[in-house]
Amino acid sequence: MSTNYLLKRVDFIFKNENDWEDVLKKSINRPPQELINELISSELKGRGGAGFPTGLKWKVASEEKSDVKYVICNADEGEPGTFKDREILSRVPFKVLTAIAICGHVIGAKKGYIYLRGEYYFLQPELNKAISEFEYFCKEINFEFSIKIFMGSGAYICGEETALFESMEGKRGEPRNKPPYPSSFGYMGKPTVINNVETLAHTYTIFRYGSKRFYDLGVQYSRGSKLFSVSGDTPKPGIYELELGMSLADFVEEFGDDDTKAVQVGGASGFLVPRKKFAETNIGFQGKLVGISLPTGGSMMLFNSSRSMFNVLDNYLNFFAEESCGQCTPCRVGCQQLLMGIKAVKRGDKNAQYLDKLLKLAETMQITSKCGLGQSVANSFSSIVENFREEMIY
Amino acid sequence: MGNKISITINGQKVDVKHGTSILDAATQAGVIIPTLCYHKDLCIAGNCRVCVVELAGQKRLATACATPCESGMEVMTNTLKVRNSRKHIIELLLTEHNADCTSCYKNGNCELQTLASEYKIMNQDFIHLVPFKNYTVDKFSPSIIKDDSKCIRCQRCVRTCAELQSVNALTMAFKGEHAKVTTFFEKTMSEVVCTNCGQCINHCPTGALVEKNYIEEVWSAISDKTKYVVVQTAPAVRVGLGEELGFDPGMRVTGKMVSALKKLGFDAVMDTDFTADLTIIEEGTELLTRLKKVLVDKDSTVKLPMATSCSPGWIKFIEHMYPEYLDNLSTCKSPQQMFGALVKTYYAKSRNLDPESIVSVSIMPCTAKKFEANRPEMHDSGYRDVDYVLTTRELAIMIKQAGIDFLKLDDMHYDRIMGESTGAGVIFGATGGVMEAALRTAYELVTGREVPFENLNITPVRGVEGIKEASIKIEKPLKEWAFLDGVELKCAVAHGLANAKIVMDEIKAGKTNYHFIEFMACPGGCLGGGGQPIPTSPEIRAKRAAAIYAEDEGMPLRKSHQNPEVIKIYADFLGKPLGEKSHHLLHTKYTPRKRF
Repeated sequence: MSTNYLLKRVDFIFKNENDWEDVLKKSINRPPQELINELISSELKGRGGAGFPTGLKWKVASEEKSDVKYVICNADEGEPGTFKDREILSRVPFKVLTAIAICGHVIGAKKGYIYLRGEYYFLQPELNKAISEFEYFCKEINFEFSIKIFMGSGAYICGEETALFESMEGKRGEPRNKPPYPSSFGYMGKPTVINNVETLAHTYTIFRYGSKRFYDLGVQYSRGSKLFSVSGDTPKPGIYELELGMSLADFVEEFGDDDTKAVQVGGASGFLVPRKKFAETNIGFQGKLVGISLPTGGSMMLFNSSRSMFNVLDNYLNFFAEESCGQCTPCRVGCQQLLMGIKAVKRGDKNAQYLDKLLKLAETMQITSKCGLGQSVANSFSSIVENFREEMIY
Repeated sequence: MGNKISITINGQKVDVKHGTSILDAATQAGVIIPTLCYHKDLCIAGNCRVCVVELAGQKRLATACATPCESGMEVMTNTLKVRNSRKHIIELLLTEHNADCTSCYKNGNCELQTLASEYKIMNQDFIHLVPFKNYTVDKFSPSIIKDDSKCIRCQRCVRTCAELQSVNALTMAFKGEHAKVTTFFEKTMSEVVCTNCGQCINHCPTGALVEKNYIEEVWSAISDKTKYVVVQTAPAVRVGLGEELGFDPGMRVTGKMVSALKKLGFDAVMDTDFTADLTIIEEGTELLTRLKKVLVDKDSTVKLPMATSCSPGWIKFIEHMYPEYLDNLSTCKSPQQMFGALVKTYYAKSRNLDPESIVSVSIMPCTAKKFEANRPEMHDSGYRDVDYVLTTRELAIMIKQAGIDFLKLDDMHYDRIMGESTGAGVIFGATGGVMEAALRTAYELVTGREVPFENLNITPVRGVEGIKEASIKIEKPLKEWAFLDGVELKCAVAHGLANAKIVMDEIKAGKTNYHFIEFMACPGGCLGGGGQPIPTSPEIRAKRAAAIYAEDEGMPLRKSHQNPEVIKIYADFLGKPLGEKSHHLLHTKYTPRKRF
């Protein structure tokens, strides 16, 4: 059953080589196409959770014709159970700044922004210091590039890339209709590359060591390493860089407390995996031939037998009902219906079959919502209700 | 990018221009896709999700309104997946909506109700959310009632208020389950910068935004034997009313409307067009007087350009947004208020009536007129000049309530006096109409000759363009207007407050040299007013405009100064334009207002 990739710890992201000046100088002297090819052959996929091939994203933006383009680092780390980007920005900020600038060189952008989660205001002073130093160096080597921090205001939805643009433009943080996509019509309507903090940090590794070092890690379709934010019922919560493709059974073996009942992979918008499916579940992007592959932004929440899965779901749904931007019907009303629905079943106001109706509704939300938020509510809802149906009823 | 691409919709091949939305392609192919947040006047929101369709090879559905066609796309609009999803979405909207249809003002003309009926939402058992929300109904405005319990968050009103009107009285606030359409600091509509234009009402798919109706008050007045109830009808009503009563858009129903009003029991049925003609005499004279004061007397206290003052939505807009320009407004009251002031003076006197016993009702294509009639300064007759303002829609309701078979009515004429009008009065209902009417009269007054346009049709000021410009060079004027010889009279016309804002900002920046500007709050002018039949669209407004101009062309008299009743009222009552009586009854002043 299990493909049994042993947990392999990696140390790239937080390794502080202190050579960002060299990496920047070296990279901006390489032709953009070469850098794009390097990224494409590394098979790096977006680490925010959606897993879009990073090289392709840069390539499309580089081909857009526009005098003004932007690079945006998405540091609106809001997924419950995720706390890796905060660490990257505080421990290795120059890697991220360098990667933003290299992306600017590749696509032809002169400005970069870091959209920083509102609650991370305490990172701002140090980060600004780093930016000043970074910009000073850019000037020294005659490389025109500037980076600014844009503070978010606390809405989860603003981590969605187009809602993030709206927020930066001073509007309500509501996701846009897609197409057009950011690479052609992003911030201020200009071609924009928007990458997660961790994704940018990985591009640094790739430009520093070459794509092969990265590609050699992980498994087919899920190359490289990834930071995992481990929390919940575990004796060793924290941030760990691991190779992709590991089996969840191995993960639990390492991080569980010998009583792990389920693991929520990917935060509130991810999937709950019950114990009986640990062995067949792998952590990585879809496309593996054996077992189930679960992509993730890195949030791994472990629950032991003391936890009520009804309470867990209730908590997630409260979060979604509150954090939906409220513009589209399936997400705004759907979240409220799911939340009130499971409570009604628990109270006995609705019978157990009502859960099936809610599962169908979640499916509709998945295929009709405007953005990833509404589309992914069904992930946790369906996986929890299907696997822990009794806990929802009794 | 003008090249054609092919897609299929339900297997049928459709050739469309690059960039066409799936919704427009479907319409072209004769396939109907339901919509709610979509409106032809507004930008695409794509937030109700009712228009979802299936695309071959994609798990997720796409919104037809927001998704552009791509070559080879296979669209399916009627699969099980699509139907079930749409049904879910309608069910969800209904759980959040106060679906007490029988007690709703919009019962029978509600897009959500229509969809619920089409999709037969019979055994809905999702939890009704309305009791859990603290919904409020705002009835403080004299024009607009806002009932949050009926709102489906489609944001059509928000887009209307922002895109068409640049007013932004209505915006979205809060997020998730608390998301709502609201005002600045959630104040009442009467306290915020709202122009009462009613465009939000015209664009609302449900009963969340409706006019404050005065139907029962008018019925009471009609049945009160001690009251003499007069009614005036605005120019644009006659080209809109038919739509509510079984006619296609663009039908002129002037004669039937007069018959219906008589059957309803009004004691006299008169025409706002009469005071529209009167407005032209007063306003035209005012313009020429201002020109003289500026050009000859070099009087720096007199402001140009002069702006029209017929549209109460525009008046409230400029009072809030550009209070420093109030001196540029013509001091003329709107035709409705001129009429109101004259009914309880001139008319009462000629008919030997006690003004106290007169109830003055007006039928308007407008909700801002309700606010206007309610202004404290509009009591120049010694009484409230206009007692009740009904929209075109409210009149249609009364006609239905009275059991009148409108289609079968014979045409009747307005009563005399104050029932005679010219084509110039009629075109007040369309954007550019006041300008055209004013030019027809002013040019002739100054030169003794008709305006140099074929058949009196001043086409440069007509049409749907948001801002129009025209200029007429005055040559060989009559002796008393010699100072205008060679002057090129520069005019502009703006309709929709977003366009008004553009013109005002240009004036503020000193970029223009207009003498005279017509401003109308609503797109298309009064014919697209906030009190006109719902739905509205560019096509419908174009048909109403065509009807207005046809009415004008069919009139024996087409210049305001030819109106025999206007000539008579000056001879018998008013004396001369801008005279003392006119000044007292027909002119007004404006109130600077704050932006919050």
